[in-house]
Amino acid sequence: MTEVRDVVIIGSGPAGLTAAIYTSRALLAPLVIEGEPSSTSDQPGGQLMLTTEVENFPGFVNGIMGPELMSTFREQASRFGTEYVTAKVSGVDLSSRPFSLWVGDPDTPEPTYHARSLIIATGARSLMLNLPDEERLLGYGVSTCATCDGFFFRDRDVAVIGGGDSALEEALFLTRFARSVTIVHRRDTLRASKVMQHRAHNHPAITFRWNSVVEEVLGDNTVSGVTLRDTITDARSVLDISGLFVAIGHEPNTALFKGQIELEENGYIRTFDGSRTSVDGVFACGDVQDHEYRQAITAAGSGCMAAIDAERWLEEQADD
Amino acid sequence: MSDAIKTLSDASFDEHVKASEVPVLVDFWAEWCGPCKMIAPILEEIASEHAGTLEVAKLNIDDNLDITRRFDVMSIPTLILFKDGEPAVRIVGAKGKGQLIQELSAHLTPPA
Repeated sequence: MTEVRDVVIIGSGPAGLTAAIYTSRALLAPLVIEGEPSSTSDQPGGQLMLTTEVENFPGFVNGIMGPELMSTFREQASRFGTEYVTAKVSGVDLSSRPFSLWVGDPDTPEPTYHARSLIIATGARSLMLNLPDEERLLGYGVSTCATCDGFFFRDRDVAVIGGGDSALEEALFLTRFARSVTIVHRRDTLRASKVMQHRAHNHPAITFRWNSVVEEVLGDNTVSGVTLRDTITDARSVLDISGLFVAIGHEPNTALFKGQIELEENGYIRTFDGSRTSVDGVFACGDVQDHEYRQAITAAGSGCMAAIDAERWLEEQADD
Repeated sequence: MSDAIKTLSDASFDEHVKASEVPVLVDFWAEWCGPCKMIAPILEEIASEHAGTLEVAKLNIDDNLDITRRFDVMSIPTLILFKDGEPAVRIVGAKGKGQLIQELSAHLTPPA
């Protein structure tokens, strides 16, 4: 028989682990299904595992490294009895309670876990350009992880695609190694925060290519350049680079729940009355339901809300 | 770190990988690489489960640029399985254990 848990949390970024801290302190013995190692943001610890210095998380006067912050979250939740499974959820059935979750083969008749309440904190993942040669050259100049791969571009020319905070953060990090960093952005203004814009504009190694999109990734065995199209004039030009870093935005990790829970038009989980979703007993927190703020601290805050909502909901069920 | 994983260097690489009677899985890694740290325990498990039929070794890319460049490693973690001294499988990026085993399976002797 599959064991029934009071709370199962899917995802282990700031939202999932804050929900784990709160539900474990409420003695609900949460199980966190934390994901699997990867070189993308889809990994235990989430998007912060690919960042370097986090300067805006309150309590860390001098900043803290993203992976270190996540390991402290994880340890803090462990301290109160959180259990972890290092795996990816392959299927869910939210049509009856307790909810069913599968890890591994989703066609197995018996689910791997049953959950009285479920907290979804699967986050969002980085979008890629989806160009034919992008995947072929992944690891050969195309990178999903500037902090992992920046080192290999010492004295080379690289490009970062995107205009938000993560694009600028990657660009500034890459200046430690690269000879030049070109930020390619499809508009002529950045949506990044003022402090990041200021740093990027004032950095001697960073230049901008405005109103430009990547049409093609060039290179036989390793990246040699990209073809850019000017969005105003349609003129095409080649930018010679050895490294390509893509930071054009995110999409929520909601494929597992499609058809079982109400999503917004843009694919994010719809929440109301705090962290409640369209399915009674299922709560959502963090970037999987937030396309507006998307900060570690807002994710953590919403994880706390989901934990309290789940705890109260479980109490109400017990009263009935 | 367990004894199951050998540490290679620019100096010891050729001698070791060429001479090995069993396939050698080399983990190109660095201290500052988060995803490398996450797959380290998985590699230890693979090493002990396949002891005798597979050797697992690691090479720090910061300290060993020659070998890193020779195999065009441009992203870490990169895992290369050497068979008879030649690269047979190359895996770029951190992956879960199931997927790693699957990608290596053609060259692995199943554990007894």
